[in-house]
Amino acid sequence: MNQEWIYSGIRLSLPLIFASMGGLLSERAGVANIALESYLLVGSFTAAATMALSHSLALSFGAAVFACVLVGLLFCFFTLVAKADQIISGMAINLFVMGLIPVVCKTVFGLSGQTPSLSMNERILDPSIFIILALFAVAGISLFFSRTVLGLRVWAAGENPESLRTQGVNVNRTRMKAILLGAAIASLGGIYLSLGAGSGYTRNMSAGRGYIALAALIFGRWKPMWTMAGCLLFGLADALQIIIQTIPMMENGDPLPTQFVQALPYVVTLILLAGFVGKVRAPSAINKA
Amino acid sequence: MGKAVSTVFSVVLGILCCLAMSSLLGESPLRVLYILINGSFGSLSAVGYTLFYTTPLIFTGLSVALAFHCGLFNIGGEGQLYMGALALTAIGIMAPELDIFSAPLLGIGAAMIGGGIWGGVAGWLKTYRGSHEVIVTIMLNFLSYAICGYSILHIFKNPNSQSPESAEIGNSYLIGGFGEISRISPLNLSFVLALFVAFGVWFLLFKTVWGYEMRLVGSKPETARRAGIKVRIRVIEAMVLSGSLSGLVAVNEIMGFSHKFRDQFSGGYGFIGIAVALLGRSKPLGVIFAALLFGAIQKGSLELEIDTEKITRDLAGVMQAFIILFVASEAYWIKWGRALKNKLVRA
Repeated sequence: MNQEWIYSGIRLSLPLIFASMGGLLSERAGVANIALESYLLVGSFTAAATMALSHSLALSFGAAVFACVLVGLLFCFFTLVAKADQIISGMAINLFVMGLIPVVCKTVFGLSGQTPSLSMNERILDPSIFIILALFAVAGISLFFSRTVLGLRVWAAGENPESLRTQGVNVNRTRMKAILLGAAIASLGGIYLSLGAGSGYTRNMSAGRGYIALAALIFGRWKPMWTMAGCLLFGLADALQIIIQTIPMMENGDPLPTQFVQALPYVVTLILLAGFVGKVRAPSAINKA
Repeated sequence: MGKAVSTVFSVVLGILCCLAMSSLLGESPLRVLYILINGSFGSLSAVGYTLFYTTPLIFTGLSVALAFHCGLFNIGGEGQLYMGALALTAIGIMAPELDIFSAPLLGIGAAMIGGGIWGGVAGWLKTYRGSHEVIVTIMLNFLSYAICGYSILHIFKNPNSQSPESAEIGNSYLIGGFGEISRISPLNLSFVLALFVAFGVWFLLFKTVWGYEMRLVGSKPETARRAGIKVRIRVIEAMVLSGSLSGLVAVNEIMGFSHKFRDQFSGGYGFIGIAVALLGRSKPLGVIFAALLFGAIQKGSLELEIDTEKITRDLAGVMQAFIILFVASEAYWIKWGRALKNKLVRA
């Protein structure tokens, strides 16, 4: 059972890792990003919809990444160019995506809020490819910040944009690169949700995982390795709640009330944020114009 | 006046974008607009429904606005209104036989206390534990769904129903409506309560010392601290009050309409409240008008689902999102418009 728990915990943490790495890039560049939920939703929907229409894996991957980059562009436009509040823009984009997907579903498939169910050979049943991609993303982002010029500039855009400006580097363009790269990485989490874990897109498929990824990011103090550790922790909590639901634990032999067990990952988030993380230092220039 | 004009402009721009999108989906934008307007204001019952949807948005809009004045971003309205509803349901089922004067007051009080506690938890976590209120309130939302889901299915279960809902509250708690419009729509006296509460919030924020201190904490926390204002206490008080305003949504839903706690009845009032507060520029009067607009979109989009082939009620979210984006980036569009005007003048 232990092995099963850890294995399922790792699988459940995959979408969180991709989303939080996307968020990490954006927030390190100084742009608070609560649109992670949108990346997951758009990624999972586009992948499943493209798969249902074209039956091509490469096309689904490409379309999902492309769609998420488009969402990222929209977010860039409103936060960087139009200088709207970052949290409010993120909220609005989440609202936009949650409204748009069901309407598109109805138009394209005639179904309300979901895509047609995919057959076994259209899904990616083996999660190892996603596990490898996730490890690559985490290691890649660590190296990106420590070894590349762009990584250093992204860091500076989040901590001290003025210094970047005096060097003659365009801060907005640097931030845009970080956000779009982040969107592309986060889209993998969406693809995993609909093609790997599920068989097609279902209404509100991400179920708040974008927000939990954000909590993991805060828990990991905006560092790639620690953020991944946070994601694994939430994944394990999520796996535990699924296991507990099947075991009789009450005196009369009933399982524990599902509502409370399902809330476990959220309670863990709250306790971790309040109890252990305390006051954290976010990138200095975050949510400032 | 200039601000009001630019807000109206942003709203029109947002609606136009949404209509353009519906034409991309293959529906005539004029027909969509007609259905939206006719569906929300076309008849007495439509107006009744629109105002019924407006009422909770006034409460949540005020909730977000009040927190915002204290420098807090309350995304937890959804959880707070459910906890208010739970407290109201608990009182209404456990003490069903009260006289018709004290019962409604008790119900309103319970809804406010339930929401207030949930807001207070977020406030406490923010001030004393340093956890950011945005992430904390989102997690508290999920937690409240669990607590409420469990309570209505196990503690206050409706024995005569298969759907996930609580038993009915005592008859003395029910609040009536006014005249013909309340007979053909669920509009009830909570709407009047909402208007009174809006006035109360305005008075509190702008006419009392307490409100002044709270706004100072929001705009210049360092100044407030040096002036000897208890910043932490004000922050917690603001979150409690903000939560209790969200809790009042339960009065409209349960005491005024369904008489029971239906699982997941809200469907996002707490979140739309953020848009309402933003559009209303966090002023109570502005909140009322913004809530009316969003209530109308909510009602109109229900008609769209019935009357069109392709568009579902979810279009309301898209339209609201467009409006939020344009209002939030107003300064940019104004600058853009000015530059365009200059170019035209020069040419």
